[in-house]
Amino acid sequence: MATTALPSRGYLEDDTPTVWAWIKSWLFTVDHKRIAILYLLAINFYFLLGGLAASVVRIELITPQGDLLSSDLYNRAFTLHGIIMVFFFLIPGIPAVLGNFLIPLMVGARDMAFPRLNLFSWYLYMIGGIFALSAAVFGGVDTGWTFYTPFSSTYSNSNVILTIAGAFVMGFSSIATGVNFIVTTHTMRAPGLTWFRLPLFVWSSYATSLIIVLATPVVGITLLLVAIERIWGVGIFDPALGGDPLLFQHLFWFYSHPAVYIMILPGFGVISELISTFSRKRIFGYEFIAFSSMAIAIIGFLVWGHHMFVSGQSVYAGLVFSFITMLVAIPSAIKVFNWTATLYKGSISYRTPMLYALGFIGLFVIGGLTGIFLGVVAIDIHVTDTYFVVAHFHYVMVGGTIMAYLGGIHFWWPKMTGRMYNEVWGGISALIIFVGFNMTFFPQFVLGYLGMPRRYHVYPQEFQVLHVLSSAGSTVLAIGFIIPLVYLTLSLWKGKLAGDNPWDATGLEWTVSSPPPAHNFDEIPVVTTEAYAYPPEAAERDAAAWRPGSPL
Amino acid sequence: MPDFPLFPEQASTFAGPIDALYGVLIALSLIFGGILPFIILYLMVRYHRSQKADRTNQPEGSLPLELTWTIIPLVLVLGVFFWGAFLYIDIRTPPERNLEIYVIGKQWMWHAQHPNGKRENNELHVPINQPVKLVMTSQDVIHSFYIPAFRVKQDVLPGRYTTMWFEATQTGEYHLFCAEYCGTEHSRMVGRVVAMSLADYERWLTTPGEIILPDGSAGAGGGDSTLIPSIGDPMALAGAQLFTNLGCVGCHRDDGAGIGPSMVGLYGVETRMQDGSLVTADENYLRESILNPGAKIVAGYANVMPSYDGQLSEDQLNQLIAYIKSLSDSESASTRLSNAQIASVVADELK
Repeated sequence: MATTALPSRGYLEDDTPTVWAWIKSWLFTVDHKRIAILYLLAINFYFLLGGLAASVVRIELITPQGDLLSSDLYNRAFTLHGIIMVFFFLIPGIPAVLGNFLIPLMVGARDMAFPRLNLFSWYLYMIGGIFALSAAVFGGVDTGWTFYTPFSSTYSNSNVILTIAGAFVMGFSSIATGVNFIVTTHTMRAPGLTWFRLPLFVWSSYATSLIIVLATPVVGITLLLVAIERIWGVGIFDPALGGDPLLFQHLFWFYSHPAVYIMILPGFGVISELISTFSRKRIFGYEFIAFSSMAIAIIGFLVWGHHMFVSGQSVYAGLVFSFITMLVAIPSAIKVFNWTATLYKGSISYRTPMLYALGFIGLFVIGGLTGIFLGVVAIDIHVTDTYFVVAHFHYVMVGGTIMAYLGGIHFWWPKMTGRMYNEVWGGISALIIFVGFNMTFFPQFVLGYLGMPRRYHVYPQEFQVLHVLSSAGSTVLAIGFIIPLVYLTLSLWKGKLAGDNPWDATGLEWTVSSPPPAHNFDEIPVVTTEAYAYPPEAAERDAAAWRPGSPL
Repeated sequence: MPDFPLFPEQASTFAGPIDALYGVLIALSLIFGGILPFIILYLMVRYHRSQKADRTNQPEGSLPLELTWTIIPLVLVLGVFFWGAFLYIDIRTPPERNLEIYVIGKQWMWHAQHPNGKRENNELHVPINQPVKLVMTSQDVIHSFYIPAFRVKQDVLPGRYTTMWFEATQTGEYHLFCAEYCGTEHSRMVGRVVAMSLADYERWLTTPGEIILPDGSAGAGGGDSTLIPSIGDPMALAGAQLFTNLGCVGCHRDDGAGIGPSMVGLYGVETRMQDGSLVTADENYLRESILNPGAKIVAGYANVMPSYDGQLSEDQLNQLIAYIKSLSDSESASTRLSNAQIASVVADELK
């Protein structure tokens, strides 16, 4: 493989005469692959920024006193962490980077249905990001990422408007991406690529896009209402002006709960791809995995009230939301069981993406199970707004989404760049992240049940041991995130040439060269098989070919 | 080195049942979350590419298996749901007879007033083995009243009342936290809950002290110090005085012959409105009718009452409502009596 030359016209190559022309060829590109790279750079920048804010928070929490930061600074640090991570990393993360890059390739199209809209969505993302960044630079914002009223609309003295503007503009970027995915999946599939031949990543991106398109406008309007109340004093949420403070929470969570599924569903898709490839067999229960994504997308719209069990909503509302929340557990469990069953009689290799996938399952199971705890109102009353909730959603969002994101980045890195990363460092950092993650967040479940409230700058002495443990874990986690940054960057120059299909995977994206040509397919392919069409003897052959010294 | 507990103290009647449910959930989680990783590990090793194993006849899917792992978790979560639901209903249904304490949250302190007029800041003294009901509101943003040792939490909202009840079982001091992020000093909006024997509680109720009023005023005279004595008139009595001084009594005559409806026996009763709807006269209804009288008009009366919005502090509203509630107490005019007497009435009834 190492002798294979890069194809002559990969999408990364240019014949631009000047640097300026080269920059223009990127900033005005309508190639979905280049847009994905633009997103990759921007999103990783925000991830590092959000991680920095998290580090500041964790360092402050090593001692019970507020000795490093003032209360105001602490509140700004955790708010920055939340806003950056949720709106600028987790929500756009997998769809904008992997989705943009892969969906046209996976459906056998030359680009998205609306390439210019695609580029526009990146600019919207950047403008939103600049709003949020300038809010942080010019004094920060201290409302928490949830912007609860009337604190955000009346009482906070920080840059609420600027931040809201950022999240608002970012929302349109999401919508543009979502519309593009939906239309592309409907209209641009290659001949013969029926719905049930689609890779599961496309299914889950499709489900995600439906949520994005339906829910994001609601949060946009809600944030606009906060701004209107803040600027003109129109009474919408503040009871002192005649508003209703709970109205905000209903509207906000009507978006923000489905937003959790916007974050995790694409991750499910990635994991399905990884498990299948590295077991060298067809995914177990394809239809069940596909439909469980749709079920999660639909049920996800009906559970927003479980964020409000102690807000003063009626007992009946609490019971109904609790009941529907319990139902979400089922499609999630179905996915986990099907992934596990896929391993059976496979030929499993421990390549870095697979390690992330297996780590994902472990962490997502914990995140999902503790979600059931929180869905039971009687227990939620005690643990809501404590570190138990913090731990739970980090297990889902970091343990789920980020593991899937990193797994996906490693898996498709050879396709995106044409180069292999360093497998040894890949495995090491995957293990470090898994250990560091559990060290950071598992103690927080205990803290939460003991009653430690979230968003506390100072805290009672008795919680210190667990906080120190958590902060120590976050150091390990941070190291785990920095290592891939280094070896992935180095691989751009030093990595072995990947070849078209280094993993021997199925799927149209692996039939083109690495990196893919500018227009993906010289000829639109005709699809005659389902996704994951590994022959029945593929696993056996793979195992038979293994010799000591072959990759694990 | 502080000690290293895994469970908080159990100091209320809810703590045991909630911990039991929590324990069962952990056990169920261990069955799934504890066994599944070992199955995965086993498969990872057994079917690693370096291992010789039978890889023929791979299953592509199996309806019986899918149904198994759909139905078993479904039954389990539904079981957990119903268990939790009954517990939840208990937690949200206070007993008829209880000791009512009024709580006001503000950035960044808690203020409580007991029926006999005793006030306190950032502390809550309660008797053990008595159901205690908190009627809570906020003067500014949303707060949340949280006592981990009792396993209870309730958001405290501006512009309306929320209630919460518990029965402490162990004397001692417990954490009181604000659990809903409320701004700069959120993490210092903490205090302690002191659960004491009934006799100690009664003694405490008559112990003088000094506190800060939630609206920052020093009571009637103003002056330099914001501290006022913590013992005042019983809430219902203070409310009765307000009821007279504000002129309410002129229209809301006890005999029902006034321009407005009588307040006697009103609290907790369903009342027919002009538009035909039935409204239960709870704390929130009374509050709305004082601040925004035109919102709901009782059938047979005209919309003539002026609004008292902006003229009453949260504190005074609490007293007015305590007074109106006292008019509905058929068995005795208990809330007009001292708090200690109510407590003993409650204690008698529980026996």
